[in-house]
Amino acid sequence: MRTPSILPALFATVATAAAVVLLLLADQEWEVATMAGVAVAVLLGGMRLGWGETVHRSATAHRRIVTPVTWLAGAVAIFLLREHNFELLMLCTVMIFMIAGLGLTVQFGYAGVVNFAAAAFMGIGAYTTAVLMNSTALPHPVVILLSGLVSAVIGSVLLLPLLRTRGHYAALITIAFGILFRTFLEVNDALGGPQGLKVPGLELFGHAFNDAIEINDDVEWSFYLNYAAGALVVLFLAYELVRRIERSWMGLALDAVRLDETAASAFGLNGAAWKITAFSIGNFLAGVAGSLYATITAFIAPASFTFSDSLILVSIVILGGLGNPLGLLPAALVVVVLPEKLQVIQEYRFLLFAILVIAILLLRPGGLIPRRAREYPE
Amino acid sequence: MDLALLAQHALNGAMLGVIYALVAVGFTLFFGVLDVIKFSHGDVVMLGAFTGLATSIGLSSAFGSVPPWIAVIVITLTAVAAMALVGALMAKFLVLPLHKAPTLNVLLITLMAGTVIRESVRLFYPQGSNPKPFPRLLPDGAVNLGRLTLRFDSAILLAIGVIAIVGVHLLITRTRLGLAIRAVAQDPETASAMGIPFQATVLATFALGSGLAALAGVVNGLYYSEVNFSMGLLLGAIGFSAAVIGGLGNVYGAILGGFIFAALQTIGAVALPIASAYKDVFAFGAVIALMAWKPAGLLAERSAERV
Repeated sequence: MRTPSILPALFATVATAAAVVLLLLADQEWEVATMAGVAVAVLLGGMRLGWGETVHRSATAHRRIVTPVTWLAGAVAIFLLREHNFELLMLCTVMIFMIAGLGLTVQFGYAGVVNFAAAAFMGIGAYTTAVLMNSTALPHPVVILLSGLVSAVIGSVLLLPLLRTRGHYAALITIAFGILFRTFLEVNDALGGPQGLKVPGLELFGHAFNDAIEINDDVEWSFYLNYAAGALVVLFLAYELVRRIERSWMGLALDAVRLDETAASAFGLNGAAWKITAFSIGNFLAGVAGSLYATITAFIAPASFTFSDSLILVSIVILGGLGNPLGLLPAALVVVVLPEKLQVIQEYRFLLFAILVIAILLLRPGGLIPRRAREYPE
Repeated sequence: MDLALLAQHALNGAMLGVIYALVAVGFTLFFGVLDVIKFSHGDVVMLGAFTGLATSIGLSSAFGSVPPWIAVIVITLTAVAAMALVGALMAKFLVLPLHKAPTLNVLLITLMAGTVIRESVRLFYPQGSNPKPFPRLLPDGAVNLGRLTLRFDSAILLAIGVIAIVGVHLLITRTRLGLAIRAVAQDPETASAMGIPFQATVLATFALGSGLAALAGVVNGLYYSEVNFSMGLLLGAIGFSAAVIGGLGNVYGAILGGFIFAALQTIGAVALPIASAYKDVFAFGAVIALMAWKPAGLLAERSAERV
C-alpha cells in the first residue's frame, strides 16, 4: 500500500491550533457562534466525507513527525496569546480539564472503572498543594507530583469496596465519596472550611510564575504565559503516558478486563490488579490537575470540587468520545470556553451541557471523535 | 442521656427514615424491572415538592382560603400525579431507548436528566435559586408525653409515610399490577411470553416509583417548611444509598436501608464526640464501609453470574 501523504495530518493540526487561538480571541458573540457552527459542520461533514480517516492514516504513517508538530502547534498557540491574560487563563483551564479527563479516560474508557468523584480527587490534589506550599519548602514540581500521589493513595481507600462491588454499586461508592469529601471540607476548620485556602504561586528554579515577563519597557507578557507553558508540559507528559498505556500490552489488558472480566481472567489476566492500576493512575492525574488548578487560581474552596463538577468532567469524557484522548480537546473547549464567550448561555450552561450529553448518548453514543478499533501492524 | 431525649431522637430519625424509604423504594423498583438506576430520582423528589408548592399557591390565589386538609390532599394528589407522568415519560424516552446499551449510559443519561430538572427549576421557577417557604398546612400543636414532645404534624406525616409504604407493599403483593411487576423483575422474557405487556409494566413501575418520590418531596416540604432546588441531589444520593444498603431490587431492603441511613445520620449527629456537622460524612463513610462488607446489600438475592 502506498504511504499516505503527511499533508492532511499537518493541515489538521495547524487548523486546530489556529481555530483554538481564533476562538479564544473572538470577542463578538456572533463570531463565536459562527465558529462553533463551522466547527460542527466541519466535524460532521468531515465524518461523512471520510476526512477523519484520511487524517488518521496520514498521522499514523508519519507519527514521528506529526506528534512533535502537534505539541509545537500548541506551544505556538500559547505564545500567540502571550499578552492576553484572560484568554491564557481559559486555555489553562482547558488543559487542566484535559489532564483530569485523561485520568478519567484511563478509568472509564480503558478499565471500565466508574468514577463519579473526579472533582473530589482534583480537590485532594489542590488541597495537598495548598497545604504543602504553605507549610513546607519542598520544590514545587515535587509538590505537584506529591499531590497526584496523595490523591491516588487516598483513592486507594475506595479500592476494597470498588473491587468487591460492580456496576451501580460501584458508582454509588464514588458518588458517596464525592459528597462526603465536599461535606468534610466544608466543616473542617483546619482546611479553611467553606472559605477555602490561599495558594502561593508556582516557582521553578528561582523563576516565580506570578511575575509578568518583561521583555523591555514597552513589552510585557502576561504571567499566565508561565502557567500555560507549565500546563502544556504537564499535559504533554500526561497525554504521552496515557497514549503509551493504550498502545502497549497494558492497554490491551485493560480493554480485555473492561469488555469481559470473566473471559479476561480465563486468559490469566488479573482483573483486580488492572482495575487498581487504572484507578490509581486516573486519580494521580486528577490530583495533578487539581494541583495545577490550585496554583493557577491562587485560591481554592470546597465549592470548586462539587458533585456537579465531577459530572462536568464526566460529560467532557463522554462528549469527546469515551476512551479517545484526542476528543478531550474539542469537548473541553465546548465545556470551558463556550459559556465564557457566549454570555447568553453562561447562566444556562449546566442545563445546556446536560441536554447536550443526553443528545449525544441517544444519537451518537461514540462522542464527537469516537475511539477507533485497535489496529495491529501487519 | 436520658430516655426521653433518646425517644425524641428516635422519633426524628423515624421521620427521616420514612422520607428516605419512600425515595429508596423508587430506586429499587426501577432496578427490579429494568436493572437500571434512574439517578434523576432525587430531582424528581424536588420537582414533586415544587409542584406541590406551585399547586398550593395556585389554590390560594384561585379560591382564596381553602381548608388546610383539602389543600394537603389536593397538593399531594397533584404532585403525585404530575410526577407519575414525568416518571413514565422519562422511562419511555430516556431509559427504554438505552435499555440495551451499557448500564453506565443509563446512569449517565438519568444523571443528566436530573441536572436538566434541577437547572430548569433554578432558572425558570420564579426566583428558583432561593430556598422557598413551603406552606404550613398541618396543625401546629403538640402533646407532651412526659418530657417527650410529639408534634401533630410529625405524627400525621409519619402516618402518611407508613400508610404509603404499607400501600406499596399491598400493591406489590396483592394486585395484578404487582404480580406483573414482580414477573417482569424476575424474568422479562418469560413474563412477555406469559402475556404480560413489558413496556406497559415498565412504564407503570416508573410512574409508581416517581409518584412515591413526589410524596416524599411533599412530606419533606411539609416537615421542614422549606424547599430548595438543590435538595434533590442529596436526597437522591441518600435514597440510592438506602436502596443499595438494603440490596437493589428488594423493596423491603430499601425500606430497611432508608431507616438504617436515618439511624446512621441521627447517631452521627447525637453520639459523635467531634461535631454534629460531620453527620453526613459519618453516614456516607458508613455506607462505603457497609458496601465493602456486603457488596450486594444486606438483603441481597443470591445470584450466580451468567457468562
